[in-house]
Amino acid sequence: MTVAARGEAPAIEARGLVKRYGDRTVLDGVDLAVAPGELVALLGPNGAGKTTTIEIIEGYRRADGGSVTVLDADPSTGGPPLRARVGLMLQGGGLDPRSTPRDVLRLYAAFHDGGRGPLALLTEVGLDAVATTRVRRLSGGERQRLALALALVGDPELLLLDEPTAGMDPEAKRATRALIAGLRAKGRAVLLTTHDLGDVERLADRVVILARGRVVAEGTPAELTAGGSPSLRLRLAAALTPEGREALTAELRRTWPDAALVSDAGDPLAVSIGGAEPEPWLLAAIASWAAANDVSIVEARARAMTLEERYLELTGDRSGDAARDGDAETAA
Amino acid sequence: MSRPAPLPRATAALAASELRLTLRRGENLLVTIVIPTAVLLFFATVGIVPDVAGPPVAFLLPGTLALAVIATGLVNLGIATGYDRQYGVLKRLGGSPLPRSGLIAAKLAAVLAIEVVQVVLLVGVAVVGLGWVAPTGASPGLAGVALLLGTAAFAGLGLLLAGALRAEATLALANGLFLLFLMLGGIVIPIDHLPGPIAAVAGVLPAAALSDALRIALSGTGDPLLPLAILAVWAAAAIGLTARTFRWD
Repeated sequence: MTVAARGEAPAIEARGLVKRYGDRTVLDGVDLAVAPGELVALLGPNGAGKTTTIEIIEGYRRADGGSVTVLDADPSTGGPPLRARVGLMLQGGGLDPRSTPRDVLRLYAAFHDGGRGPLALLTEVGLDAVATTRVRRLSGGERQRLALALALVGDPELLLLDEPTAGMDPEAKRATRALIAGLRAKGRAVLLTTHDLGDVERLADRVVILARGRVVAEGTPAELTAGGSPSLRLRLAAALTPEGREALTAELRRTWPDAALVSDAGDPLAVSIGGAEPEPWLLAAIASWAAANDVSIVEARARAMTLEERYLELTGDRSGDAARDGDAETAA
Repeated sequence: MSRPAPLPRATAALAASELRLTLRRGENLLVTIVIPTAVLLFFATVGIVPDVAGPPVAFLLPGTLALAVIATGLVNLGIATGYDRQYGVLKRLGGSPLPRSGLIAAKLAAVLAIEVVQVVLLVGVAVVGLGWVAPTGASPGLAGVALLLGTAAFAGLGLLLAGALRAEATLALANGLFLLFLMLGGIVIPIDHLPGPIAAVAGVLPAAALSDALRIALSGTGDPLLPLAILAVWAAAAIGLTARTFRWD
């Protein structure tokens, strides 16, 4: 259901955003809305326009066309009163390597009246043990958690999170997802960009997929996967080698140019074929290739698309970065 | 839910943070505290300063005060801001409720705080260690004006480099300019002892203008108008160019 349909004032409302850099059109009419208490994931391959979109919403850039309001204000002119209500988590964190988590949080807490206590936040994001460690000595995941804590220090109504779980180990990732889900439960609006479809499947109320500067799909994760064509899932007697994957992909693309192999991280022997209808000819081609290359197929089953497969289908992304840090690995 | 904190409180917090981070950088203390003090002590005691009127310390104290301002405004502020930009610290601060005016005020407050320590230290060393006595007619007020104008000029130059170049380039260029100003700024070598064409160029550099203005203020003799005017032009040009070219990320 859209924000308007729910009758709520949106936390973010962008209409027809256009952004050009010279002759290159980076955003070409992007619409995006996020309601209070809603978590929207913005997905897309590198260069799709995610960062530009979020930077316009953050107020770092101005759009060349269209309009955007954030908490009923123009983000490029909202100034400190608006920025106090919006929590930002930037890629790279924006942290001085010589500072410490405790110092950084105390500093940013001093910019707010009525924000969160920095020491309690350190505990909440699990950084107590490294509170006085220099940022340069923190792991990538710890820096991410510190950047997330900075986003939370003003107790914001809206959170803009750029790759919130990138570089985290599974335990930290799980804790961070729980924290973000808790924020949404408290009525905070969240817009996050991610390459991690695990974040999307576990957290997102809605997904907006960008490709080449346009919104190519929008909906709940279930709506998106329901809109896709089914795929063929294989279980093999032994995992495919990288060369085997390459060869099979090349063989399939002779007939199905969009075919892509998608691994299942939970089952190294399983592989799905996206971008091609699971018709008998597909199965015959795979069986023929398997026989010629001494690969045994234990099981072959047609099933609904996963979100990752649907994402690949919609964006035509073959870069493999869709689930770089996620629970599944894209191949081919 | 929160509101922006009062600007003075937020600015003071960032200024305190800047000072804390400065203290954590050994190289900052070297360039802002150790080098100006060492230059003063060394050249005042070894007696190799070319012939100047009065004791060497009377010539060297204004020069090393100028050197201290260059170290803090150009080198320390420029390099730290360059790396702030590279690490995305400026961008992150720009997304906080602290307005840019607060950010700039905090950085300048930190610069001025360091300069207060430098002035107290250098004057203290000159008085206690080198027997300098302020002559009748010395003008602390004029010295203060010169220091503020010099701070504006060199902080402007530091920010100009930091906002336009990569951090590594800012580091190299700021250190190179520091050395150039040390040699040509009338700091340990009087400008009239330099070869003619070089002296002509050195005379309009902000380093020479600052050391001249301070020398006039601390000796109580001479007309400070020209060096102060040169400093004002440098300050206006550096700050104006910085405002036009500074990139925050």
